Amino acid sequence: MTTLYFGAALILSTLFYFAGRYRASAIAGGGVGHLHSLPGYHAALLALLVIAPALAVYAVGMPLVSYVAEQSAVSALSADGRGDALKAAVSLRDVKAVVAGQNGAKVAASSLPAVDAYRAAVLRGEMAIWLVGFGLALIAATWTLMSISPAFRARHYVERFVYAALIASAGVAVLTTFGIVLSVVGETYRFFFDPSLAGRPSVTDFLFGLEWNPQSALRADQGEIKTAFGFIPLLVGTLLITTIAISVAAPLGLYSAIYLSEYASPRVRALAKPILEVLAGIPTVVLGFFAALTVAPAIRYWGSSLGLDVASESALAAGLVMGMMIIPFVSSLSDDVINAVPQSLRDGAYALGATKSETIKQVVLPAALPGIVSAMMLAISRAIGETMIVVMAAGLAANLTVNPLAAVTTITVQMKTILVGDQEFNSAKTLAAFALGLMLFLVTLLLNLIALRIVKKYKEQYD
Amino acid sequence: MTDATFDAPTGAVRKLDFSGAAARARIKRRYRAETRFRSYGIFSLMLATVFLVGLISDILMRGVPAFWQHSLVLQVPVSAAEIDPAGTRDVATLRNADYAALIRTGLAAAVPGIEGRTAEKKLNGLVSSGAGDALRDLVVTNPSVIGKTVDIRALLTGDGDLYFKGVGTPIVERTVVGKATPSAVTGDIKITSSANDFALDVRNVKAELTKRASALTTEIDRLIVISDKTLAPRIESLREEVAALRARVDEAKTAEILDEKLPSTLVAINGGLVKVTSLRDTEIEGTVLVPLKTGAEAGPSAWKVVTYATPEGNRKATDYEVAFLEKLKAEGRVERNFNWQFFTSGDSREAELAGIGGSLVGTTMTLLITLGLCLPIGVMAAIYLEEFAPRNWFTSLVEVNINNLAAVPSIVFGLLGLAVFLNEFGLPRSAPLVGGLVLALLVVPTIIIASRAAIRSVPPSIKEAALGVGASKQQAVFHHVLPLAMPGIMTGTIIGMAHALGETAPLLMIGMVAFIVDVPKGFTEAATVLPVQVYLWSDLPEAAFQSKTAAAIIVLLMFLFVMNGLAIWLRKKFERRW
Repeated sequence: MTTLYFGAALILSTLFYFAGRYRASAIAGGGVGHLHSLPGYHAALLALLVIAPALAVYAVGMPLVSYVAEQSAVSALSADGRGDALKAAVSLRDVKAVVAGQNGAKVAASSLPAVDAYRAAVLRGEMAIWLVGFGLALIAATWTLMSISPAFRARHYVERFVYAALIASAGVAVLTTFGIVLSVVGETYRFFFDPSLAGRPSVTDFLFGLEWNPQSALRADQGEIKTAFGFIPLLVGTLLITTIAISVAAPLGLYSAIYLSEYASPRVRALAKPILEVLAGIPTVVLGFFAALTVAPAIRYWGSSLGLDVASESALAAGLVMGMMIIPFVSSLSDDVINAVPQSLRDGAYALGATKSETIKQVVLPAALPGIVSAMMLAISRAIGETMIVVMAAGLAANLTVNPLAAVTTITVQMKTILVGDQEFNSAKTLAAFALGLMLFLVTLLLNLIALRIVKKYKEQYD
Repeated sequence: MTDATFDAPTGAVRKLDFSGAAARARIKRRYRAETRFRSYGIFSLMLATVFLVGLISDILMRGVPAFWQHSLVLQVPVSAAEIDPAGTRDVATLRNADYAALIRTGLAAAVPGIEGRTAEKKLNGLVSSGAGDALRDLVVTNPSVIGKTVDIRALLTGDGDLYFKGVGTPIVERTVVGKATPSAVTGDIKITSSANDFALDVRNVKAELTKRASALTTEIDRLIVISDKTLAPRIESLREEVAALRARVDEAKTAEILDEKLPSTLVAINGGLVKVTSLRDTEIEGTVLVPLKTGAEAGPSAWKVVTYATPEGNRKATDYEVAFLEKLKAEGRVERNFNWQFFTSGDSREAELAGIGGSLVGTTMTLLITLGLCLPIGVMAAIYLEEFAPRNWFTSLVEVNINNLAAVPSIVFGLLGLAVFLNEFGLPRSAPLVGGLVLALLVVPTIIIASRAAIRSVPPSIKEAALGVGASKQQAVFHHVLPLAMPGIMTGTIIGMAHALGETAPLLMIGMVAFIVDVPKGFTEAATVLPVQVYLWSDLPEAAFQSKTAAAIIVLLMFLFVMNGLAIWLRKKFERRW
């Protein structure tokens, strides 16, 4: 239906495009100068007038049709199949599967009328969409085709369409943020306050709980499994790995940036910059593989030769590799900030007899400090939100420890663990992932806002 | 400046020491600090480089061997009685026949005389289960081969393949001086030599046992240093073990029993191969791996002692498999071919059959959706913000949102996809459509930022000239500014797409982690993408899959390098300074 519908709309709009072009040219009679708008604009307007109503009717109609069809299917179910909401949903899913012609889908004989009702309702709805959509399109396009005249302001109408499309595109960013906030906040609200949810924690239990174990007993013979949703072990684990990563990335990235912007000859820069860019472009899943298969065993080997007990999924391995991932990030941001410090400040320091390093340490870095701090904050926010390295190289067990040689887990690892595989949207476990996502979103948002604020303030100083 | 007066008291002028020893020391110190500071920078860059080189060479070392694969050349009789007894040549019959049995026949012909269930199982286990499928395809497409003997290349299993890629064992052969007499040709047999031919092996075994004992002693010392009471029983048991080992070393008369922690010793005699289970200076007992041709006495030139230096417990290939593989190799039946299948086939539970074909198609589909959405949206949003947007609350809201979205963790976009696209809109799980949508939202901010920079770099004079000759504002932008900004926009888009290509976490959230064997055929079918395939394989314990993972990473990195190279080339070629 979808392909056919849009195919037809496309063909019709092409027809009207050429019709419009032909008519406008005919009216112009060889001299395009008589027309207010070029024939191309008339043609484009007609094409848009076909596409837009067809699209709008489809977008509004389709959800409506499926809603009506579901209602009629439910009312056609036998009393037994309708039983309660859960049963009705199951029957409805089967009905839909049969209608969609999925392999091996079948329903009980008592649900067959529902299948017929569903099919009939969908058919009626689709007919209505075809009629309304193409009716509107034809009326609008034909009427406009008739009113093409030298004074007809087709370009203005087309430009108004384009302008609307431009605004809509810019609005996508806002919509995305709204989508994220709404989905995450909605599910988090259910996680804390939905009375039908078994085992939901209170907000304080979540924020200050010291134990994290989202598993619950699936079968009676598994015995008593204590389900706990304490956020603290995840936070500590995340911060531990982030701290390791930042203590690797901050000095290395900053020193690289200083060297590249203050000391390096153009040739060294031409060589070193691509290296950092390549490092920045390596997918995190590759870094995770490297961390899990090469770095972690190496650290374990090195630790055991020193007589230390290193977990095979130590926070150190994940943190080190994550630090390496962030070096280019810190370095390129700091590079920009250091370059933005006016040369006059350096010249002043040189004039007083300072060496280059003294100038950097006592003049350039203090001047660039706000920018560097904001770069670090962005780096921290990136480390906190990083997923694949920790999924592959860090542990799953939520140990509350700050020992870098032990295995810890992070917010992102738990989100991934909970949400990959089969999920039931009515369990506290699944919704916990959204609560974690909200925490992650809030923390990174806060760090970014602070960083942007600092950068903005700092920019005003020298510009 | 005229207001400033220096009221320095005369006579109290501070003497500055510029030339004394103290000053020289100070200057030296300052220059040392300078050098040190500079070297920190060099060191940081070096460390990043070393890390990058280490990462890439590690991946290459692990992954490159996976681009080649070993197979066995077998002569398989395609007997009509076996696959099509009725003689109908009906496609369904041909499809359902047992081709694995045919492969087994071919194998048995290649290594004749194998007896016993264990040996047969080991032999048949060398060949991948995909070999039968390949033969099936051959027969179904070309039924005229029925009744003939065909040469086929049967893929080795992952472990057999790895054996030839150096994850095997060094093999040492030693000539002997005595005449050997086997007690039988199959089963558990005894071989007696007329000379002290096995004395060296006995000494080697004893040396190995001594080494083991001293390793245990070191472990005991380490445990004693820890001085934890709970360790006492463990220390005691270790001590007993050491004593037992020492006793075995000192005892000269009894036969040495070989276990899987010791290097395997074998005797190649009369065309067969015997695995030694216990040995004395002149006599061994063992199990026949490859049957002897005769039970006759063998002169020094007709038999030798073979050692597989890696203990059986430390390698994947058992002695049986090593013996068979070496025999097949000696007969020239092992072939090494470029692994084209890796690029065309989908995922599989068998390492030797698994390929990235499915995920390459999935990646292409996903990125097509992403590109089709994020390029128009990103460019249009950038045009709006740079050229048309009035200064109002909506514009600043959009700006703040773009900056924030660029820094939101990618996994959060996965949550959005899960909650909105899958649960609200009811789109199918694991589909390239949804993956492309999520990645498009993820990449849009990057493209908007890059496109804005590109549009901004076009000098306003161009637009003004267009407006001056009567173009409308939109005509000026779309006809004159946009074409000039296009190279910059394309560069930004390619970099954004490279970012999308490497992204994994949000796709895990929307279920693209399913195990999918078939190559996807549509945008709403279940599919997986290359980085997710890397993640899935990296989770598997088999060594052969680790190599495949690295190989998939190499392909992924190649794509990224090509894309980034293209972006750099575009930038270089079309970069204009106005």
